[in-house]
Amino acid sequence: MSDRPVPSGRVAITGVGAVTPLGTGVDKFWSRILAGESAVERITLLDPSEYSTQIAAEVKDFVAEDWLDKKEARRIDRFIAFAAAAAQMAIQDSGIQLTDELREEFGVLIGSGIGGLTFLGEQHRRQIEGGPSKVSPFLVPYMIPDMASGYVSILHRLKGPNTCVVTACATGANAIGDAYHIIKRGDAICMLAGGSEAPINELGLGGFCSARAMTTRNDEPHRASRPFDKDRDGFVIGEGSAVFVMEDYDFAKKRGAKIYGEVVGYGMAGDAYHITQPDPEADGAYRASRMALRTAGIRPEEIGYINAHGTSTYYNDKGETQAIKRAFGDQAYKIPVSSTKSMIGHTLGAAGAIEALICILAMRDGKLPPTINYETPDPECDLDYIPNVARDAQVSLSMSNSYGFGGHNVSLILKRGE
Amino acid sequence: MSADTLERVRKVTVEELGVKEEEVVESASFTEDLGADSLDVVELVMAFEDEFGIDIPDDEVGEIKTVGDAVTYISKKKPA
Repeated sequence: MSDRPVPSGRVAITGVGAVTPLGTGVDKFWSRILAGESAVERITLLDPSEYSTQIAAEVKDFVAEDWLDKKEARRIDRFIAFAAAAAQMAIQDSGIQLTDELREEFGVLIGSGIGGLTFLGEQHRRQIEGGPSKVSPFLVPYMIPDMASGYVSILHRLKGPNTCVVTACATGANAIGDAYHIIKRGDAICMLAGGSEAPINELGLGGFCSARAMTTRNDEPHRASRPFDKDRDGFVIGEGSAVFVMEDYDFAKKRGAKIYGEVVGYGMAGDAYHITQPDPEADGAYRASRMALRTAGIRPEEIGYINAHGTSTYYNDKGETQAIKRAFGDQAYKIPVSSTKSMIGHTLGAAGAIEALICILAMRDGKLPPTINYETPDPECDLDYIPNVARDAQVSLSMSNSYGFGGHNVSLILKRGE
Repeated sequence: MSADTLERVRKVTVEELGVKEEEVVESASFTEDLGADSLDVVELVMAFEDEFGIDIPDDEVGEIKTVGDAVTYISKKKPA
C-alpha cells in the first residue's frame, strides 16, 4: 500500500464466521450454546455399526452449494468447504472493502489438524480397486491441510502472507496466535485466521477408536461429552470451522469497523512427553498459560473466564485442572471455567478457533456458556466449571486453552471490544 | 455418431464440470468453452472411463478436446 500504516501493535477481531455442529452461522450457534444444547447424535456420515464409538457431533445444516460453485461443491473435501463458508461469513461480517491494494496486505492462515482425510480415504479405495490410474488429480490438493488457506485466498484474491499451521487439536488456537503475530509485526494489515476440520470418515473414526480416546457411551449421545464430570469416559469427535477477520487495531478504528475484541496474549509450550498422552503433571499446559499471561502483561486475577480445552478424557480434564491451579494460584477457584466441548464435541483443528469465538461472544454479551452434563463432581477436578446453565457475568479478559497430540499446548488471551 | 453416447457424455460432463446441459454441445471445447482446467480434464477423462468401461491411455487424451471428440473417441473404443 502506498500509505502503509505503521503497525499499532494491537490486533482487533472485526469479523467472525462459523460452521458448527450446533449450526452454520454464528448467531444460530451462539444461541444454542447459551441454551446448553448437545449436538451429539448417532453418526450419519458413514455406517458406524462396526466401530466402538458410534456417535459424533456432525454439522447437519451445511450445504456446500450455498458457498461454492457447483463443480467444486460436488467434489471438494468437506474441511475446505467449511473453511470457505466460515471465511465468507467473516469477511461479510467485518464490512471490509477489498481493494486490490488492500488484498496485497491481507493474508490467510486457516489451519487443519488432519486435512482432507475423507477425500484421501475415497481415493485410496479407488486405487486399491482400480489401480493407480483411478486416483483423482484432486487427491493431493484436497488432502493437504494448507488448502483451506490456499483455496480461501483464491476465492477472495487475498495476496498477503498465506500459510498454515498443523498442531493437531491446538491448530485453531495456533492459527489465531500466529496471525496475531503476523499483524503485530506489520507483515500484513489484515488476516483471515482460524481452523477447519472434517474428520468423521472411516479412517478418522477407525484411528480414534483404536487410540481409545473416545467415549463409548453410544446409547446416550447427548450425555456422552461430560468434561470434568467424574463419569467422563473420553471425547466425542466433532467437525466444523471458525474463521476471524483480524486486523491492525488502528486500521480497524480508522475504517470505523465494529470491534468484537482483541487478541492480547499468546503462549505456547511443548510437553516433550508422549505422542498422545498429556504430561500427567500438565507442565506444558501450565507454561503455555503462564506465557500467555506474561505476553499480555496482565495479572492472573484479571482473567474473568477460561474456555477450557476440556475434552472429557480422564487425563486431559485432570491435568488441565492442575495446570489452571498452578498458573492462577488461589485465584483458580474464583475464575469460571467451562468446556463447550460438552455441547459440540471435539472439533480437533477447528476447536481452538471455535472456542476463541465463544470467548469473544461471551464477553460481548456478558454471558458465560456452561459445561453441560456436569453431574458428579470429581475430587481431582474441583474448579467452578459453570455447571449445566449459562451464567451472566461481565468479563473483559478471557483465556482459551487448546492442547494437541504431539504435546502442543496453547493459551490465547482475548480482550473484550471497547 | 451414437445419440446415446452423446447423451451419456453430456450427462457426465454436466456432473463433472458443473455446467448447464445446453452448454454441452458437440463443438464445445472442454477447456475453452466449459471452463475445465488441466486437473478437471484428467478427472473428466476418468469419469468417461468409468461411465463407458473403457481405458483412455494418457497419450490419447490429447485427441479429446471437444464434446464431439469425446463422442467420436468413445464410439471407436467402446466394446460393441
